[in-house]
Amino acid sequence: MASIAQAIRMALHYGETHLEVSDIFGEDVGPPLGGAFTVTQGLTKSWNSPLDERGIIGMASGLGLAGKRCVAEIQFCDYIFNTIDLLKLAGNTAWCSNGEFNMPIVVMTPVGSGIHGSVYHSHSFDAWAARIPGWKIVIPSTSLDAYGLMLSAIVDPNPVMYLIPKALMRTKGEELIPGEPASDKELRDLIDAPVDAKARATWKARWPALKEHYVPIGKAKHVRQGNAATVVSYGRTMPIITQIANRLADQGIDYDVFDLRTIYPYDWEALKASIERTGRVLFVNEDTEVANFGEHLMRRTCEELFYSLKVRPRLLAGKQIPGIGISPSLEDVSVPQANHIEKEMLELVHEPA
Amino acid sequence: MAAKQLTKEKLREIHSLMVEGRILEERLIKMNKAGEGYFWIGGPGEEAFAVPFGMLVHKGQGIQSDFLHLHYRASATVLAMGGNSIDAIRQMRSVSTDPYSGGRNFVNHYAIKRWNIVPVFSCIEPQYLQALGTAHAQREKGCKGITVVTGGDAGTAEGDFASALVWSSRPAGISPMLMIVTNNRFGISTPWDGQHGEKNVADRGKAFGIQTVIANGNDVFEAWDALETAMEYVRKERKPYLLELSVSRLYGHSSASGAPRWNEPDCIELFEEKLIKQKVMTKEECQAVHDKMLTKITEAYKQVQLEPFPDPTSIYDHVWSKEDGNNGRDTFAEQMGVDFTHNPPQAHH
Repeated sequence: MASIAQAIRMALHYGETHLEVSDIFGEDVGPPLGGAFTVTQGLTKSWNSPLDERGIIGMASGLGLAGKRCVAEIQFCDYIFNTIDLLKLAGNTAWCSNGEFNMPIVVMTPVGSGIHGSVYHSHSFDAWAARIPGWKIVIPSTSLDAYGLMLSAIVDPNPVMYLIPKALMRTKGEELIPGEPASDKELRDLIDAPVDAKARATWKARWPALKEHYVPIGKAKHVRQGNAATVVSYGRTMPIITQIANRLADQGIDYDVFDLRTIYPYDWEALKASIERTGRVLFVNEDTEVANFGEHLMRRTCEELFYSLKVRPRLLAGKQIPGIGISPSLEDVSVPQANHIEKEMLELVHEPA
Repeated sequence: MAAKQLTKEKLREIHSLMVEGRILEERLIKMNKAGEGYFWIGGPGEEAFAVPFGMLVHKGQGIQSDFLHLHYRASATVLAMGGNSIDAIRQMRSVSTDPYSGGRNFVNHYAIKRWNIVPVFSCIEPQYLQALGTAHAQREKGCKGITVVTGGDAGTAEGDFASALVWSSRPAGISPMLMIVTNNRFGISTPWDGQHGEKNVADRGKAFGIQTVIANGNDVFEAWDALETAMEYVRKERKPYLLELSVSRLYGHSSASGAPRWNEPDCIELFEEKLIKQKVMTKEECQAVHDKMLTKITEAYKQVQLEPFPDPTSIYDHVWSKEDGNNGRDTFAEQMGVDFTHNPPQAHH
């Protein structure tokens, strides 16, 4: 099964061969490296930019204005912050021009902790991104979703921010992407560039016959059904929650678990129906906790579903600190880990109504 | 065609557009002072460059035509391309008929897709970065269109201008991009002298092997020749070019400084002196153009006063592309947003 990195790579290949993607670019995106996480290896429309994030977002915006389809990469979201006003401009292009122009671009960037990336390779961007209206924001946590969300992002006529949980980049999927060979080795041999520099210089990817698979933007994934409590997350914490929920189900506690997948416009209808039914909800993400996107979901829960709640709603998020320390003893307490999540999930169902 | 070969008719047309642009801007300033618009920013004093620029553009839609990334002093350029002065008045009064932003943005913030005039914004430098993208698209084989980006001298300080020099000249991506810096020697209220170590902005292009020229933007003939040479170079060579034009700023930065008339060379007066000396027009004919344009702008102003302000419920329109349907309306945001039933909005200033 493909990893998320391989899945995105295959989606980009599908994009450049079937969806008129003209440019895939960013720092180290083109050969010889093919991306810091190998996401852009073997592509024909990929190229290396100067190390200039503002230039990258500006270039993408101009390509969008020229009617091209492009995918730009910011190598780590920690380096996207000096582009905020350019992201705002991309997001307000249609609105400010009263619908005259649109901005059909994709910006992808790895987010979050989990690789001991220290202060500048561990940041989250979901709450920041949600504060830039005019963008659609997606974040997959499985390979099949990574593929399907990328295809949807490419064909969307609006700017789409595609956040990649970097801790999951090498995680293997459990579902085959349409056209993907069943054997890991076979896929690796086809689309992974050799490490040896000499071999890589002449290497060309041999792409499987991929097929289209669109995951609609705005639709959450109902990961598992249950009545005990609702748990909503996305990104790195998603497989951890699924694993805990599966284990606790064996002990008779059935959680209703959602992978949000789209941060904006998010699937409120699905969350609302679940929270109304269970009366108990936990939101989990790893961005810093003040002005956190989960806080917004808490607000809607309190304002709109208050009388359906049996117990207080909960948010488990990253600690409000300036960075994530590289030492495991620091990182582990800075962002939600399996033990923190399980504790919150258990307290949620055991709190007296 | 070199400027000295311009016909009398063409010179008269340039003069007429310059005067229309000036009287339009003066009307916009008056509107602001009368409380009929919240903010004024514009380009009175730049007409000698702005009008020839608009005339020399290969206008149209798509990469085979020129892309324009303008800043907010380009009113006369838009008129010279065929724009209507009434539309700037509409944007000033922020009425729903404002074709550039539907009453959403400051005056002189254009967006005209059919002529590749991409949305103008209030930030003074990111246009150089967006211009890299349209210029990159125009690297396509056989493409005839070029990208032109304009900004002021103070708008070269942030780094986006430097990025434009780096990206447009890099060997892997040499781009057909004309960068025009109009140097009025002020950044809002701050004079050039204390903020610029370089003698000329154009000198910065030389380090990147970019062709650079400095010209007098207050002189129609010199500006025409400089623009024509620059645009032909970029069109033919498919390389970047940096043109610095010295210009006047006749009413200050914006309404924030009260927009009083400044004592700087007036390019229209200078042009009229030449037209009269060359017997292209008489003094009386020049005055007749001023009178005619004053009447035209006044009539347009009166018409706009009768036009409606935007429907308050339209705030959610065009959040998304029209291709999403429903006028690009963000119905999701609308559902959790303003309650128009309990807080009825007022549709007036």
